[in-house]
Amino acid sequence: MDLDPVLLSRIQFAFVITFHIIFPAFTIGLAAWLAVIEGMSLATGKAIYRRVFDFWLKVFAVSFGMGVVSGIVMAFQFGTNWSVLAERTGSIQGPLLGYEAFTAFLLEATFFGVVMFGRNRVPPWFYLLSCCMVALGTTASSFWILANNSWMQVPVGYEIVDGEIIPSDWLEIIGGYVFHIRWLHMLLAAYLTTAMCVAATGAWYHLRQVHLAEGRVMLHWGLALGALLIPFQLFVGHLNGEYTEAHQPSKFTAIEGRWQTERPARLILFAWPDTENERNHFEIAIPVIGSFVDDGNFTSEEPGIVTIPKDERPPFLVPFFGFRIMVAMGLVMLAISWGGILLRLSGRLETSRRFLWCTFLSFPSGFIAVVSGWYVAEVGRQPWVVYGLLRTTDAHTPSLTAADVLTSLIGYVFVYTIVFSFGLYYLYRLLRDGPTEPGADIYGATGKRPLAAAGSAETATGSLPRAKE
Amino acid sequence: MDASWLANYWAVLIAFSILVYVLLDGFDLGVGILFGTTSDEAFRGRMMSAIAPVWDGNETWLILVGASLFGAFPMIYAIFLPAFYLPVALLLFALIFRGVAFEFRYRTERMRWLWDWGFFLGSVVAAFVQGAAIGTMVQELPVVDGQYAGGSYEWVNAFSILCGVGLVFGYALLGASWLILKTTGSLRDWAYERVGWLLIGVAAFLVIAFVFALFEHLRVMDRWLESPWLAVFPTIGAVAAFVLYRGWRHRSSDRLPYAMSAIIFIAAFLTLAGSFWPYMIPFSVTIQDAAAPQQSLSFMFYGAGIVVFPVVVIYTIVVYWVFRGKVREHPDYS
Repeated sequence: MDLDPVLLSRIQFAFVITFHIIFPAFTIGLAAWLAVIEGMSLATGKAIYRRVFDFWLKVFAVSFGMGVVSGIVMAFQFGTNWSVLAERTGSIQGPLLGYEAFTAFLLEATFFGVVMFGRNRVPPWFYLLSCCMVALGTTASSFWILANNSWMQVPVGYEIVDGEIIPSDWLEIIGGYVFHIRWLHMLLAAYLTTAMCVAATGAWYHLRQVHLAEGRVMLHWGLALGALLIPFQLFVGHLNGEYTEAHQPSKFTAIEGRWQTERPARLILFAWPDTENERNHFEIAIPVIGSFVDDGNFTSEEPGIVTIPKDERPPFLVPFFGFRIMVAMGLVMLAISWGGILLRLSGRLETSRRFLWCTFLSFPSGFIAVVSGWYVAEVGRQPWVVYGLLRTTDAHTPSLTAADVLTSLIGYVFVYTIVFSFGLYYLYRLLRDGPTEPGADIYGATGKRPLAAAGSAETATGSLPRAKE
Repeated sequence: MDASWLANYWAVLIAFSILVYVLLDGFDLGVGILFGTTSDEAFRGRMMSAIAPVWDGNETWLILVGASLFGAFPMIYAIFLPAFYLPVALLLFALIFRGVAFEFRYRTERMRWLWDWGFFLGSVVAAFVQGAAIGTMVQELPVVDGQYAGGSYEWVNAFSILCGVGLVFGYALLGASWLILKTTGSLRDWAYERVGWLLIGVAAFLVIAFVFALFEHLRVMDRWLESPWLAVFPTIGAVAAFVLYRGWRHRSSDRLPYAMSAIIFIAAFLTLAGSFWPYMIPFSVTIQDAAAPQQSLSFMFYGAGIVVFPVVVIYTIVVYWVFRGKVREHPDYS
């Protein structure tokens, strides 16, 4: 069997980035959640908020550590496997990703250390400020990553001089509309992911009848934040659909599941696409509404994917199903969070075991939505790596052989399996055990060793606290 | 600002970052290498403690090198990483394993062997591939139209393997010197015993590498003949080695071994940098060839170049200041 090195590189990229995105998606939201809870703790003076804060800080530390480890790999992927992309668009992507690395470092070097280890060494207002700065820092990190990715989706602010792609307007690159709504979509997704996890953890404790006071805070806050954010997210998601329709018709038609041009167009809720015969089986569709969703009227003609040349079409199935999975997860979040609010109003939130089970089981809804949403965006962009500018097959490192990529891919799978299964198991134990006694301030640990914070004092510094003169 | 000036600024900044990386991560990789040569659990724990607060800050410098290269010299980024595809993957696996070992080895009794092996092998592999990469660069990379045009195993040959082994010894020397600086009692004595032999090993490697380069007529030798002033750096290195040797015999100062080992590394680095300048990929791509357009260089310069970079330097100094002094020998949980 002949293996295609480009395909293997794509699989490798998908593998390492799927692993990676889970952690930032979680920590961006957790950082904001920690800032909110610390603010509540200061405002109300209630000890319960402090206990909840300390607990989630540990979870944050481990997740952040795993995000850093898996992020280092990402920093090299562009050069190792996609060297033509790196060379041709490096003048734009290089500075954007470079700024991400520098931003992440600034964050770790400064306020992260205060949040992890400085509770007793700085005044409360400064501690809260540090929490806010950490949240700002993770947000800034996502700013650069989304700026870069949005440029790959809809390239702006560049010109081609002698065949070289060079930046002509940085303000357009980091200030464009498409970038801003995509960034907002990701931020809301991260917040919702965290909200659902926090609520699910609270539900878990109620089901097991442990940590009831802390679980109650988590359940109420998680559901309230989810209920508040999900309508915004659905709206911003719609705006993202609009930009896709305007700039990436190939991706858009696949999302809509529309093979042939229709007037007026139907809205296809579900189908089993048949890529060979270019049609759908088992369609569930609403007449006319497709035109309304896409263009706000009941008569307009909506193009099908057959209007796109065959060699410019993305794989149909991934955007089609990925989009539906993402939307389904959004609806699950909507149902759980609003259902929770209704139960809370009638005073049955903590006693309805059926609802608690549903909430507990919905903990991965945010992660699934994030991952499937990114698959829609990335696979839907194919066959382009930079839409309309550079094809994925042309962007691959020319010297790489299938054997090279297969070797590294097997290596990544092997290493990630060992390292992350240990890390995830550890995370599971943390969540299972729940809030315990507030940990002692760990002497000698630094902000750059987040995993240490989650441990006990004697393990945190490598078994021996060190002398300081 | 002038594009060629900016390109030189970034080149110097990257060279500086590589040097700092070698001096800092060098000693903690070296401690990891020495870690595998003892099975004494007390020693191992103290070795970990001697580098625990600083190792990941040290690795940050590698990330800064990568980020700056991609931003300022995307062409180099796009040539270097494919040329060392498998070694880079090995380096990442090695760094991941040794990174998590710091925490995971204390979370388990039963599986500790796994993380200890990961820590040791990770350190050895990371050091080896870095040395092998330098050895390969000295022999020149095939580059066609701004892309790497060689095979997957260009980095596997006698000279590069020699350089890989040499750097394992070199980092171990830095590591042993660091242990002398940071520890007391039996572990300090243990490290002292090794410093001398490691120094002899490093010196032997340098002599063999020099003879090899002479006989293979490596182009880098012509550069030394063209610019005899480059001999200043090896001379400084030789003096430092001599001082280190005497310091080892007399054990006069615990600070001296690390200082002298560092000077040996700085001298070796400047020798190489001086003989490559102005090439970034010797001897085919210069700094100006590889530089990103002026718009990219200045966009990076006004944020990362003159704000974040100084903060990184200051932060590094502060961390080392905070954790200065010897690591206590006995645990004190008070």
